Amino acid sequence: MESVTPSNIFKDRGAASSVGRAGQDWKYKFFSYLLLTMISFTMIVPFIWMLSTSFKPEKEILRRNVFPVEPTLENYNEVVYRTDLPLWYKNSFIVAVLSTVSVAFFDALAGFVFAKYEFPGKRPIFILFLTSLMVPTEMLLIPWFIMSSNPPIGGTWVDTYWGIAFPGVITAAGIFLMRQFMQGVPDELLDAGRIDGVSEFGLFWRVAVPLSLPAIGALCIFNFLGNWNAFIWPLIATTRSEMFTLPVGIQQFSSEADTPWNLIMTGASLSVLPLLIVVIIFQRYIIEGIALTGLKG
Amino acid sequence: MQRKHTRKSSSFHMTLARKKIVWAYIFLAIPIVFFAYIRIYPTFFAFQMSLHDYNPLAAEQPFVGFENYEKVYEELSKRKSTTKAAFRNTISYVALGVPIQLFLALAIALMLNEIRFMSTLYRILFFLPFVTSTIAIAWVFRMLYQPRFGLFNIILQLLSLPQQPFLTRPQQALPSVLALVIWQGMGFAVIIFLAGLKQIPRTYYEAAEVDGASRWHTFRFITLPLLNPSIVYLLVLQTISFLRMFAPVIAMTEQGRGGPLDSTVTVVLQTYREAFQSFNMGYASSLTVVLFAMILGVTIIQLSVTSRRIN
Repeated sequence: MESVTPSNIFKDRGAASSVGRAGQDWKYKFFSYLLLTMISFTMIVPFIWMLSTSFKPEKEILRRNVFPVEPTLENYNEVVYRTDLPLWYKNSFIVAVLSTVSVAFFDALAGFVFAKYEFPGKRPIFILFLTSLMVPTEMLLIPWFIMSSNPPIGGTWVDTYWGIAFPGVITAAGIFLMRQFMQGVPDELLDAGRIDGVSEFGLFWRVAVPLSLPAIGALCIFNFLGNWNAFIWPLIATTRSEMFTLPVGIQQFSSEADTPWNLIMTGASLSVLPLLIVVIIFQRYIIEGIALTGLKG
Repeated sequence: MQRKHTRKSSSFHMTLARKKIVWAYIFLAIPIVFFAYIRIYPTFFAFQMSLHDYNPLAAEQPFVGFENYEKVYEELSKRKSTTKAAFRNTISYVALGVPIQLFLALAIALMLNEIRFMSTLYRILFFLPFVTSTIAIAWVFRMLYQPRFGLFNIILQLLSLPQQPFLTRPQQALPSVLALVIWQGMGFAVIIFLAGLKQIPRTYYEAAEVDGASRWHTFRFITLPLLNPSIVYLLVLQTISFLRMFAPVIAMTEQGRGGPLDSTVTVVLQTYREAFQSFNMGYASSLTVVLFAMILGVTIIQLSVTSRRIN
């Protein structure tokens, strides 16, 4: 046993036995804060660099100043009025909203069925859905492209919103998450609804969905983020600049001979900023949602 | 009377049960069609394509048996080929990226678990890169790596260290791309580790403290074993995500080619270029089947490890 030191007062676990630890605890905390602060810096510096470059006039790009000497909105002016970026914004938004609405509805409905119904073929169908998680989407890109060029309905799916969104309008992971959550909906409540003559869809829509809103919310946030940032399939599914999504458009900025760093950084800032706001507002749900799905997985 | 009543109630239950079956199938109709047509059918289609000389621009797609796989094998046996570089680099990304990322994330999670003041702010900051677009942030890093005006070389100059080419030299390009990927994905691993740490009962630590266990012993014999599920989960998830690497490389290399001298190219990038730039879709499909086999292997190892733990 070490002697009692004054730094004892910093200990936060009231256990009377932790006399010897207290001095160490203080040091440990101090170094934790120091290191965490340093790491936080490396986390935000790239974002600061991105923003500051987006306000630099062209002649300052190749100079070594961190912040613009003569800040300008010229880059924003240029990407908004002289590139297709506003269209890419619109496309990303439409695709993300469409697939999120679809995922929220169909994943919740399928999750509800798997949680609350008994029917022949339930297990094989559920396994069929889950096995799709084992197949990497990279393997499906080429078949999807062939299918999109020659679909059963419509002339071509290439360069359409449906063509960009279709691989993600229903997700197996979301169905699995919703099934876990909907298992908590009491059967008595559903049976009471049936006796009152509520339709089966009504039970889903007016009983199960309201009780599962937190999970549906988390699913929507993840899905929106995922679709907003999706890159490889939109890159393949679009050929005309008017149909690009934001990441595809930003990647194409560089296709010209030299790299317009200021415009790329402006495009990157515009694509990242709305998300940062969403994340800061919903951070608790996002972090809890990841922890939840992570532990279950 | 009694009998009639029984039959009546059982027929009521029959109709309810049957009604539920019918509704279950009505509700599942669209998802079943979706998974069959958008997920399962293309999986078989990919296998089938890998057995053909599939060029969408050609008039015919002749069946070639396992020739595409033989070609993969040939390319891998050559002293130098892009396919070989793609597999070698992908394995390097996994072998370096996963341990470094998990080690850093665990260290951060342990520190975050110890503090209260400002811990939410730290968590948000570590998490921000994970939710931002990989393409956008990869371009930002590409700028930070630039020779004359990039931040990293500015810092090196301030420290009076020699300037580095980073992305333009083959030996440095892969670690430079890897740094971005580790940086971007770390926040996710931190969150999973933190959730795992919160699950460990506090009484274990109190008991260790009573016994006078050192901080290292507490970590080694309590934290680490009890964190095992999170570690296995992250190992598998991060291995798969590193195996599928694509966007950072296409954004950070000259014309998205995975250069210089194929030093950063990955299996998925090579697949993309073969399929959509050279239109060798049969060969590209055989590459994706190999990738699928690798991912399946990782999943099977995970399942066997997890089930052994349960037993």
